[in-house]
Amino acid sequence: MSQAMSQGTKPKHTLSGEEIIRCTGVNKWYGEFHVLKNVNLSVQKGERIVVCGPSGSGKSTMIRCLNRLEEHQKGTIVIDGIELTNNLKNIELVRREVGMVFQHFNLFPHLTVLENCTLAPIWVRKMPKAEAEERAMSYLKRVRIAEQAKKYPGQLSGGQQQRVAIARSLCMSPKVMLFDEPTSALDPEMVKEVLDVMIGLAEDGMTMLCVTHEMGFAKSVADRVIFMDRGEIVEQDTPDAFFSNPKSERTRLFLSQILNH
Amino acid sequence: MTDNVQSVGLPDERPPANTVGPIAWLRNNLFNSWYNAILTILVLGLLASAIPPFLNWLLFRAHGFDATSTVCRQDAGGACWGFISEKLRFIMFGMFPWEQQWRPLVTIAVFIALLVASCDRRFWKPWFGLVWAAGLALVAVLMWGGVFGLTYVENTLWGGLPLTIILSVIGLAVAFPVSILLALGRRSNMPAVKVLCVTYIELIRGVPLISLLFMASVMLPLFLPNGVSIDKLLRAQIAFIMFAAAYMAEAIRGGLQAIPKGQYEAADGLGLGYWQKMRKIILPQALAIAIPPLVNTFISFFKDTSLVIIIGLYDLLGTAKAALSDPSWRGFYREAYLFIGVIYWIFCFSMSKYSQKLERDLNRGHRR
Amino acid sequence: MATETRTTQGAPPPGGVSFSLSDPTFRAIVYQILVVGAVVLVGWFLISNTLDNLARRSIATGYHFLEREAAFGIGESLIDYSPKDTYGRAFLVGVLNTLKVSIIGVILATIIGTIIGVARLSSNWLIAKLASTYVEIIRNIPPLLQLFFWYALVSDGLPPVRQALNPIPGVFLSQRGLRVPVPAPDPVWANMGIALLVAIVAAWGVSRWARARQARTGQPFPAGWTGLGLIVGLPILTWLAGGAPLAMDVPKLTGFNFTGGGAISPEFFAILTGLTLYTAAFIAEVVRSGIKAVNWGQTEAARALGLPSSPTLRLVILPQALRVIVPPLTSQYLNLTKNSSLALAIGYPDLVSIANTTLNQTGQAIEGVTMIMGTYLVISLSISIFMNWYNKRIALVER
Repeated sequence: MSQAMSQGTKPKHTLSGEEIIRCTGVNKWYGEFHVLKNVNLSVQKGERIVVCGPSGSGKSTMIRCLNRLEEHQKGTIVIDGIELTNNLKNIELVRREVGMVFQHFNLFPHLTVLENCTLAPIWVRKMPKAEAEERAMSYLKRVRIAEQAKKYPGQLSGGQQQRVAIARSLCMSPKVMLFDEPTSALDPEMVKEVLDVMIGLAEDGMTMLCVTHEMGFAKSVADRVIFMDRGEIVEQDTPDAFFSNPKSERTRLFLSQILNH
Repeated sequence: MTDNVQSVGLPDERPPANTVGPIAWLRNNLFNSWYNAILTILVLGLLASAIPPFLNWLLFRAHGFDATSTVCRQDAGGACWGFISEKLRFIMFGMFPWEQQWRPLVTIAVFIALLVASCDRRFWKPWFGLVWAAGLALVAVLMWGGVFGLTYVENTLWGGLPLTIILSVIGLAVAFPVSILLALGRRSNMPAVKVLCVTYIELIRGVPLISLLFMASVMLPLFLPNGVSIDKLLRAQIAFIMFAAAYMAEAIRGGLQAIPKGQYEAADGLGLGYWQKMRKIILPQALAIAIPPLVNTFISFFKDTSLVIIIGLYDLLGTAKAALSDPSWRGFYREAYLFIGVIYWIFCFSMSKYSQKLERDLNRGHRR
Repeated sequence: MATETRTTQGAPPPGGVSFSLSDPTFRAIVYQILVVGAVVLVGWFLISNTLDNLARRSIATGYHFLEREAAFGIGESLIDYSPKDTYGRAFLVGVLNTLKVSIIGVILATIIGTIIGVARLSSNWLIAKLASTYVEIIRNIPPLLQLFFWYALVSDGLPPVRQALNPIPGVFLSQRGLRVPVPAPDPVWANMGIALLVAIVAAWGVSRWARARQARTGQPFPAGWTGLGLIVGLPILTWLAGGAPLAMDVPKLTGFNFTGGGAISPEFFAILTGLTLYTAAFIAEVVRSGIKAVNWGQTEAARALGLPSSPTLRLVILPQALRVIVPPLTSQYLNLTKNSSLALAIGYPDLVSIANTTLNQTGQAIEGVTMIMGTYLVISLSISIFMNWYNKRIALVER
């Protein structure tokens, strides 16, 4: 199926066709609760995907499986040619290449903004401090927060913290970025500054998987929208097709709830 | 693009057999990594080598409650519960006259009833103070006697569990109002009052309880006018009150600090005076927050009453130690200490569970 | 000048204090005078009674007794002491014994408490349950009872000296405590001490150099292992260079007691074991709540960045947990030090027990109690000052 649809205001780009994420028959249980049911997913380099669905549908769990913050029990997940198993070395290799942005930012409160950004490059990428700081400053500039580099996270607003968190992930030069409801914990007036940064990233060709309820973002940026419900991928399509002509009854119900309130 | 609609409404499946059930539980909780597996096996081995001998000693090879010390000494492989039955009333009630020992027994029952009732929020009302007063009056009548046909018993004869409870409960009851004043004084704007309260609290908290007991037992008689003397029990009680007041003041101060500034400002806005503001607005909230730490203070306080043995009073630990000094029962310290250890443990453990429960309730209340 | 022209309620009038009880400023002054007056009055009453009583009983006052001969023996001492020495020196022996048991106790309790606290959070169900059982039992039994138990275990439970248990050659367990072989005197031991100090300084230097190098080139250097190697290796090298002396001073039974070797008295064993195990239970709770206070999201964020578990713990979790742990840990150290005064009950010659003997012999109760309280206040204050400094340092790094 061709994902390279270019319509409306969406930035035009072509996909390489090179696959970076492949999930096959992934199943996960929390105790007796079947939280992911036979999830099959393939993501190409440079693809921008928005995952949506009602709460408790397993969308966060799914992207958390992709860097093994959660362990799946059946099926295979292959990231950039590395299969996620119990092998700790492989897990660490995958995590270096997969950045993640959390709902609650999870910045390290005892480190400055700059130190937050240089910690992983120094200790994981073995980068000299000066180089790591230079890099960090360039990413902080990119998320427009360079002037706050010496401050501690507690002194920043929620939107600023989330932008720092994005910069922190970018400092590892990841091949894929995962966003787990990045704007849900923000005050409404701060949502835009974070979304702007994310749109900028998408324009630069970053491979992104984003769990979000921001349908405007999905319409303008995504190559593909995935709808999950009760632990399974119910429907996936281009944003235009997804929003104008949903195939499944459950998708229609969800869209009517989320768009009409 | 029909293939975009994937399988719809997959049924819930049971998790794979190797991830649930007792086997999976064992694997996840005991053998989830090689070092945990080694630890589990080591600990199981340790338990297997420690528990059977202990049970043998405690039960299977133990001598019953009718055993004499001679019998017990012949076979030392088991506990000698004859010691406990022989010395039970001495350990529990000390030297209280033998035929009158129902009186300390009722005293214990009264205290336990009061303490248990106090745990119930429904009784946290002013009238419950009167119940306590009545209870304490009843205890005084029971312990001293001299009225209603009860023979008079000097307090030098008191001992055992009633003494432990009296020292800690009376100490707590008297220290409580003092500690409120100290806590308020510490947060006061008046420098002289503040300095006095801080000095007192930090002085008491900086020295061990033993030194206070010493002070009460050897210095207090010197402090009093010539000819006035107070007995040993009262002296120890005074030391405990001084000690408890300082620690409880810190617990209450914690509660006062937790009250948002807005509450003070709101009370000021209503035009309430200092004492009205404290009594009606601030203290009820602060004390509710301070109850869990106060209960914890009381637990350590209850344990600390055992120190009176050093100035020659016979609380529960003192009577147990005295029972061990009986030449025919010397050496049965395991039985003695286990017995009173269990008594102390029941009191302290139930109180600590209660304080944890209160804390949980309180947190729930705050989140709402 | 009773100006009653106040505009806002509660505020002092501009331009001075009004002498009216309804004026808060004036009322505060009156209250303070009353409180201070009452305290002074009570103090004066007590002091005059005391002076009167002392005169009546013809008890001397002052600390001159400290220079008199003590005339009582002390079971164990870190410095030379004989009954011919002064009360002052006897008291110093007591202070040193208190410090000895407190310092060793604090170190051991911290180690055991940390292990148990971490064990309570273990994913191993058995370990977690065992650790919480330990905490719940130990915390809820009076420490004095535990001391008595440990003391009885040694003094009643072990055989008399002549039938001393001999589990390992040269090691004797009896009612008189534990006797172990110690290395015979040799200059190499002092040199090893110096080597250890040198190694510690060198390890510190290496860690600084390693940090600078990593900042420059990005290459980490195993400074921890190198330091450990230095601290272990340098003294061993010194020992080898000194001819590797192996001669041991082995305890021997002569008459009714042992001679030679190192000794741990039953009293010291009981007080150390009791205090350590009791305080460890509280430290375990402090450590557990400190670690739990660090949000799980912190670990997830570190993992998501690809940080392995050891740097995650060292750079992310511990710095945050320590901030929560240190203040209550300090108060546990203070508690252990204060609880070491329970030594009196089992006859370990700590400062309270020696001051007690002194005040019984001289009758100078006030001086004796003052010395106990004064010493403890000095210890408590020094620990608090150190910890306040440490907290401030952490707080500065924080924000």
